[in-house]
Order: sequence, then structure tokens, then C-alpha cells
Amino acid sequence: MIDHLPALQVVIPLMAAPLSALFRPGRAVWLLAMTACGLSLLIASLLLQQVLTQGIISYPMGNWPAPWGIEYRIDAANAFMLLIVAGIGTVVMAFARTIVEQRIRLSEYKQPWFYTAYLLCMTGLLGITITGDAFNVFVFLEISSLSSYVLISLGRDRRALTASYQYLIMGTIGATFILIGIGLLYVMTGTLNMMDLAARIPAVADTRTIRAAFAFLTIGVSLKLALFPLHLWLPNAYAYAPSAVTAFLAATATKVAVYVLLRFFFTIFGVDFSFGTMRLDLVLLPLALVGIFSASVVAIFQTNIKRMLAYSSVAQIGYMILGISLVSVTGLTATISHLFNHALMKGALFMALGCISFRIGTVQLDRMAGVGRAMPWTMGAFVVGGLSLIGVPLTAGFVSKWYLIVGALEKGWWPVAVLVLITSLLAVVYIWRVVETAYFKPAPEDHVVSEAPLPLLIPTWALALANLYFGLETSINAGVARKAAEMLLGVGP
Amino acid sequence: MQILGLYNYWIFIVLMMCGFYVVISRGNLVKKLVGLNIFQTSVFILYISMGKIIGGTAPIIVDRDVVYSNPIPHVLILTAIVVGIATTSLGLALVVRINEAYGTIEEDEIHDQSEEDAL
Repeated sequence: MIDHLPALQVVIPLMAAPLSALFRPGRAVWLLAMTACGLSLLIASLLLQQVLTQGIISYPMGNWPAPWGIEYRIDAANAFMLLIVAGIGTVVMAFARTIVEQRIRLSEYKQPWFYTAYLLCMTGLLGITITGDAFNVFVFLEISSLSSYVLISLGRDRRALTASYQYLIMGTIGATFILIGIGLLYVMTGTLNMMDLAARIPAVADTRTIRAAFAFLTIGVSLKLALFPLHLWLPNAYAYAPSAVTAFLAATATKVAVYVLLRFFFTIFGVDFSFGTMRLDLVLLPLALVGIFSASVVAIFQTNIKRMLAYSSVAQIGYMILGISLVSVTGLTATISHLFNHALMKGALFMALGCISFRIGTVQLDRMAGVGRAMPWTMGAFVVGGLSLIGVPLTAGFVSKWYLIVGALEKGWWPVAVLVLITSLLAVVYIWRVVETAYFKPAPEDHVVSEAPLPLLIPTWALALANLYFGLETSINAGVARKAAEMLLGVGP
Repeated sequence: MQILGLYNYWIFIVLMMCGFYVVISRGNLVKKLVGLNIFQTSVFILYISMGKIIGGTAPIIVDRDVVYSNPIPHVLILTAIVVGIATTSLGLALVVRINEAYGTIEEDEIHDQSEEDAL
């Protein structure tokens, strides 16, 4: 049983997905989905523990030995990612039930299909993370993307449909670019296994085909992770999707794409090729900086708060890419640790917004006046998430910002460090706008709002507290992240 | 001669660019999907070309030595075709929903109506 954990990690949500479509609407289908998520989380934590004690796990799928069969290969980096995806998946699933019953565009008897799409999306994300086969990445990527298009289109606003369509077009172009890239790699090396690719690429690295493959893969994955200026699909998709979906996707989908980028740059192409020959850092650094700055500024002027946080996500992705472009252990630690911390903070923030829209039916800033006094617990969670987003000490967000600034200073790039601090101040501005409206503006008199129900509050606070906990207890979000960074760069033990 | 000999790769590139151009330039949501389809199909040709060996047969084990085509790219692209079908059907389903919600499938008209929603 314990040997088959890597397969079960993907198979359990995959099997639970069609099963939940057979259920009637109600508590049972949610319990099934919740159980599948919980088991995934359990398996992910067991795998992380196993990787940390025993080193890399290699699992031949269907007992076909790698490089012929599909290999699942788990090291510190993807064990860490699995934990993020499964953890957020479970917490948001707990949150989702109330939202599904009342706030999505689905007639009651179709509600179980929400869980099918959600579990499939999770399967895809876990699969991308766990696999050691380049083509398998594409397949799982499409599984997660197709189901996320469905999930986004379930938003009540009709603009959710166009947002989902736009994401479908951009996402498919991105995925097809990845497919071309993988095809070109296969032409030159005759293999799809990642370790095998890494071994064979150096011999043929100095060819136009490999360079073209590199370019296609970089652009394709950058579309999926919404790197500035390829982020245009993201704000609408996040703003109009149901809040549970936004929380889940914002916390996991783009993070997994960043992981794919790391895997391709560092494991498959290798540091020397990606950053020595191709000088990718010279491309990523300006895009990351412009992305961080412009998205933070745009966020300040949004009136729809979900949209504001979506732009903030684009900026946060900029921080992650900035960490990659430093090409140092500290920079990469910042990136990987920010994957984790950003999942916690955006999960908490979007769920808090979900609570607000559940009660007042909108997340427009001007309608949120006085919400802070009517819904103290919800806004409390929002403030904690906001502080973490800004990077205040004692919150999780501080840990990754700290590494990022240290990494920039190690390189002597002090203007970059200053820019990180300035953009953190911009985050203060846009979070403060919400806090000011919610706490200091009088509520409209005809407007009676009560606190969000407990099934929504508990998961929201679970993530909010996690932001505080991981701000103090940094063995996972800094310790494991550092291990993963050293492994990817090929230094250290 | 070498350029002409690689004509299937040229077809791949031309089709890919045509499809991509249609996706970008057309405002009609169905036409965009058509473009996307051409774009995806071009990649199928890339994969099928690279598995083909001139004079090769089907990869079946027989007693004598034979040259056979590499089956793996062909199998891979079967998967990609399935993905393409799923994407197209989902895209068309979304277009139907959009048409129900907005009464049009022209991008600029939808954009105008969305602007009104925002007010």
C-alpha cells in the first residue's frame, strides 16, 4: 500500500470525480469529495515525509520501467507542491459546499457536477506536479485546464462566461505551445522522460531545434502562469468565477504552472543552458519587475475587490519570477517559499471575499461600507490575509519577501530590493482601501448584514491562522523550500 | 531541394500561423474556435511527420528485419486529438451559453454589453 502512494495521489481524486456525478445533490456527494481531498492531503504529507527522510521516490506507472513507461518522480520540490495543492484543495472544498448550494449558476440537480469538475481540476494539478514524464505534463495540464474553464463559467455574473471563453482560448494556445515544445524535444532526443531528457539534451543543446523548443515551452508555460504581459485572461477569470473556485485556482493553478517552469528550466534544460546559454534571466527580470509594479498600481484603482486581488496575484507571480531570475539558492528559496505563502494568503483573502459576497451579494468596494462591524470575523480574516500579502513580520508573507530582498542584495541589485519594498507599500495602499471602507465608513441604514455562517468562516480562518502559524514556524515554507531550491540548482547535499 | 523535401514541416508552420492569425483577428467567437482548431491540428502534423520513416511499415514484430515507423508520436497525438475535441466541444458549449446570455457571438458587441454591466 505504502509503495503505491504516488499512484494513489492521482488516482483517488480521479476516481472520485466520475463517482460524484452519480450522486444526488446534497450532503453525501460533498462528503465523498471531501474524503477524496482529505485522503489526497494525507498521502501528500506522507510523501513529503518519505522524501525528506529517504530521498527521491521513483514510481513506475503500471510497472513499466522508465524511460519507456511513465515514471512518477517525487523529490523535495514537487512533494512540497503536492502538499500545497492537496492542502488548499481540501480547505476550499470544506468552504465550497455552502457556495455550491446557493451561489453558483447551476440548477440544483446538476450540483454534483461541480464536485466532478473540482476533483478533476485537482487531479490535473496533482498529476502535473507528480509526474516525471514531459508528455504526461501536457495531458494533466489539459485535464486541469478544461475543468477549470467549466468551474469559472459557473459564476453567476454572465461575464463569467466570456471570462471562461477568453481563458479557454489563451489557455489552449499556451498548452499547444507546450505541446510543440515537447514535440521538438522528442525529435532531438527520442525520449519523454524528464531525467532522460536532462541526460540527453546537453549533447544536442547547441541546435536551433532545442532553442526553439525552449522558447515554445517558456511562452506556453508563461501563458498558463499569467506572467506579465501574458496575464490578460486572469483578472476577469478570477473576478467572475464563483468565490470557492477563485480561491482554489488563485492558490493552486498558477503556482503549479510556476513549478512546471522551474522543472523545465532547472531539471530538464539545466541551469547552464537556461541561464548560461539562453540568458533567460535577462528576459525574466524586466518582465517580473514591470509586472510587479504595473499590476500593483492597477490593483489600486479597481472597484471590484476580487478583481483587485486578481491584479495583486499578477504582481505576486512577478515576485516568484523575480526569485527565479536571481538564479541563486536564496532567490529560488524565495520563489518556492512564495508559492506556499501566496497560496495561504490568497486562499484566505478570496475566501473572506466569498463570505462577504455571500452576505451582501457583491464585492464592489462602495457596497462594502461598514462591513467590518457587521462581519467582524470575516473582515478579521481578510485583514490577516492582507497583512500577509503586504509582508508584515510574523506573517507567512514576510518569510518569502525577506528571502527575495536578501537574494537581491546578495547579487548587489539594491534597486531591485528597493522596488520590492515600494511595491509592498502599494499593497498597503490597496489593502487599506478595503479596510478603510469596511471599518470606517458608515453602513447604509437600510442595510442589515449579519456574520457569515460557520461552514464558510471555519475554512477561511483555518487559512488565516495558517498565515500566522507559518510566519513563526518556518521549517516547511523556508526549510523545505531551501532544500528544494538546492536540489533544483544541483548544489548542497 | 532540402527545403522542398521538408514540405510537411512547411505545411505545419503555415497552418499554425493561419490558425493563430484567425484566433487573433476574428471577432466572431465560433470563427475563433475554428482558428484554434487549425492551430491545434497543425501540431498533429508535426508529430505525425516526425514518427514517419520513408519506406517504414507498421511496427509489428515479424521474423525478418523490417524498417518501421516510430509509433510513439502517433500514439501521443491520438491523446492530443482527444484533448482537441474536448477543448472544441467545451468552447462551443460556452459559445452557446454566451449566445443565450448576450444574444450575440460578436466579440465587440459582447464587450459593449459587458461595459454596461460594469456600470
